[in-house]
Amino acid sequence: MWAFIHKLGSPKWFYGISARLSPWCWAAAVALILVGGVWGLAFAPADYQQGNSFRIIYVHVPAAFLAQSVFVAMAAAGFIFMVWKIKLADMAAAVMAPLGAGMTFVALFSGAVWGVPTWGTWWQWDARLTSMLILFFLYIGVIALRGAFSSRDSASRAASVLAMVGVINIPIIKYSVEWWYTLHQPATFSVTSQPAMPTEMWVPLLIMVLGFYSFFIAVTLMRTRSEILRRESSKRWVRDLVGEGR
Amino acid sequence: MVAIRATLKRDLVLLLRRRSEVLNPLVFFALVITLFPIGISPDPELLATIAPGLLWVAALLAALLSLDGLFRSDYEDGSLEQLLLSPQPLPALALAKVAVHWLLTGLPLALMAPVLGIMLSLPAGSYLVLALSLALGSASLSLIGAIGAALTVGLSRGGVLLSLLVLPLYIPVLIFGAGAVQAAIMGAGVSAHLAILGALLAVALILAPWAIAASLRISING
Amino acid sequence: MSLRLQARKLACERDDRWLFHDLDLELHAGEIVRVEGPNGSGKTTLLKILSGQLADYRGELFWKGAPMRRVRRDFLANLLYLGHAPGVKAALTPLENLAWYQALAGGAGDEDDRLAALAAVGLAGFEDLPTGQLSAGQQRRVALARLELMPRPLWVLDEPFTAIDRDGVAALEARLEAHTRRGGCVLVTTHHVLRASAGLRSVCLGEGGGGVER
Repeated sequence: MWAFIHKLGSPKWFYGISARLSPWCWAAAVALILVGGVWGLAFAPADYQQGNSFRIIYVHVPAAFLAQSVFVAMAAAGFIFMVWKIKLADMAAAVMAPLGAGMTFVALFSGAVWGVPTWGTWWQWDARLTSMLILFFLYIGVIALRGAFSSRDSASRAASVLAMVGVINIPIIKYSVEWWYTLHQPATFSVTSQPAMPTEMWVPLLIMVLGFYSFFIAVTLMRTRSEILRRESSKRWVRDLVGEGR
Repeated sequence: MVAIRATLKRDLVLLLRRRSEVLNPLVFFALVITLFPIGISPDPELLATIAPGLLWVAALLAALLSLDGLFRSDYEDGSLEQLLLSPQPLPALALAKVAVHWLLTGLPLALMAPVLGIMLSLPAGSYLVLALSLALGSASLSLIGAIGAALTVGLSRGGVLLSLLVLPLYIPVLIFGAGAVQAAIMGAGVSAHLAILGALLAVALILAPWAIAASLRISING
Repeated sequence: MSLRLQARKLACERDDRWLFHDLDLELHAGEIVRVEGPNGSGKTTLLKILSGQLADYRGELFWKGAPMRRVRRDFLANLLYLGHAPGVKAALTPLENLAWYQALAGGAGDEDDRLAALAAVGLAGFEDLPTGQLSAGQQRRVALARLELMPRPLWVLDEPFTAIDRDGVAALEARLEAHTRRGGCVLVTTHHVLRASAGLRSVCLGEGGGGVER
């Protein structure tokens, strides 16, 4: 068991296995997003209240899901790095942070775009949008902290601790923001609170969510691979590999 | 236990000898509160509606301002290394330092807030809740903030980064703290708010000392 | 249990650069081991690892024959570490500084001991001045007073001779030797050439290579 985990943690082994995995992830991501996108944008019925503008959920919801999951994944990777000192976990955490921040931004932006036809304004202090905004700041904090250290080892550890502190706080923040929102504003539209969405609407949504996750895995694999090459550039196996390429 | 008490006493003495460090956040608090009527409007009715939030946000920023110094002088003169090498548990020693920070920042801010509340025509009946919620909430703020201070103490320009790291984590405390004062103004029960603030403090008390200790160990090797 | 600090196959990699590797080192009672090497060769890092501050190393550390991880508490209770920075608070008096160190070790501490320790490092008469008003050398002496004050067998000293005058250097050297004669041991980095004595050994850290014991 331990041997397996440590093998899994070896950058060289991971580099090999990820090369085989990543085309499949890319294929799945492209196929799912295409199917879900076309279905959701062109064939799913329009919402009886919001008309066609509801279709933005096919981007917004998967992005918001991913934004939250990536933070959890990043904190988990940080935990693995801190406890078992597996450097690969830290490399993954390092590449996940900008990706998660990007997804959060997509969720925020799509939420704002959706707000124009629905609320008549680009920004409303809606509970979900507000917690997304806070999540965005949390991502920025992790990225900034990692960038602030001159020693990469310290940067990795500090970013891991902050990600773990953040992940404990995310549910607390989420619930307190929801509570704050219900207190100050009676429920209006929320981006995702459609009562009982019909099947033709949520199946493409599910496909989109799966597509976004595949996309995330594919991108993480790809970027972790280049991070491995960068960090292990002094190791013999990387030199051999690069030598072959020439 | 001896070591923890001695650390408490040492930090208290240190801060009391440099009184300006204790007074600056309080003056900052008063100044920020002065800016709002000037920047918005002196209309008492308007001020009364926004007073709970203003007082809480200003107090939160004042507490944040003093956090950067929490471990910095110890880091610079080498006392922090020695603290880490003591055979005593580091989370407990860190907790002692945070307690001093709260005693000389959070608590004075909480005691001062009602006076500033008068200046913002805060409705009667909410003064005690304001002080109470700030006293309770600022303890959580000190604990959470200390994690950020410990993470950034080894960085030469940690101050702005510290606020970037810590402020998002402050939001739940702000929501329930300002919420308690709002509830008191509206005549609703405040015990639920204070209970949640207490619960947040309990969670912070259990988890933060470990995170602070881990962060200090990272920073000392930066 | 005899006093013994061992490092076996110690290696430290900081940001993909090997500071040292395959370093074997033993420190016994009655010895002074001087760590030598050019700037940036990892002397301070080695001392931090050997004083239990830095956990980021490969290889194994043993204290009194037991793995360091298990006996860390006991190890720390026997260790006195002096780093680059003196660890002295400028706003406190030398007496108060020493009192904190005594308490940190777990004991209440005795005022007479503190006065005696300060007198021994030549600070009699300065006990009640804020340390910040003393000169750099005197502040260093406040830190050195801990060597007198605390009965710890293992001393790890990083550049202890910095900022000290000639008399102070001689006194410190004599103190190190006296400590080893009493059965203590010392690990020290310094650019100062130590007087040859029975228990003195040197370990040299090279450019990115292994440590060589001489």
